[in-house]
Amino acid sequence: MRENSAKIVVMSKSENESFVRAAVAAFVSQLDPTLEEMADIKTAVSEAVTNSIVHGYAEKKGNITVDIYIKDDKVKITVTDNGCGIADIKEAMQPLFTTNTDGERSGMGFTVMETFMDNISVHSIVDVGTKVTMEKTIGLKTL
Amino acid sequence: MQIIFQTKEKTLIVKLIGELDHHVAGGVKERIDKKITSGAIKNLIFDFSALSFMDSSGIGVVIGRYKLIKSLGGSTVIVSNAKSIDRLLNIAGIKKIISVENDIEGAVSALKEG
Repeated sequence: MRENSAKIVVMSKSENESFVRAAVAAFVSQLDPTLEEMADIKTAVSEAVTNSIVHGYAEKKGNITVDIYIKDDKVKITVTDNGCGIADIKEAMQPLFTTNTDGERSGMGFTVMETFMDNISVHSIVDVGTKVTMEKTIGLKTL
Repeated sequence: MQIIFQTKEKTLIVKLIGELDHHVAGGVKERIDKKITSGAIKNLIFDFSALSFMDSSGIGVVIGRYKLIKSLGGSTVIVSNAKSIDRLLNIAGIKKIISVENDIEGAVSALKEG
């Protein structure tokens, strides 16, 4: 049985997006994922962290915590912020939904996470924060 | 993020090298828009062949420039052969409005046909 975990805490700065996804990828590499599985995880993590920075903290200062838990061939990643929270999670998860009105954010963040990971759940309390949990089993497609 | 601009006739070729995420997207948009509006540009080719990473921020970059080029009466084509980028373009519905080609030659002829 394989079990391992890691925790990354970063300030809500956009330059940390690349650091977090690279760090998660480095940790997940012990599961020997394919290039495609690795790209899927990096993209999903990038979406979650970007959401925390852009929406959760709305460019304000705060911490983002990323927990990675590996059990056998499964990886569970949670991205937690103490930002403004999401009032209507169902609405926020609709493809193309965006609170950004200048048309430069695609509103595809949650859709990407849902597509690239096996499952995702979102817990949020307004003015307390948001926690996104994502899971993926490595090696599913090659079986 | 490194950007290489090349102009062929009235087509601007934008080659993005590195990782395209939210952190760099704003600057990338600004630099491309400046290039489009400063010269006699009609069409746009996004060359993603040297992109090692892209998330949905890249979708925003593509859609915004597609709209700008469309308003100028031109067309946009994407060059990409990475599986992960292809999946992203697919789920965002980009491939329904912008053709994706394997190389620059394919993109140039797609513009001629288009």
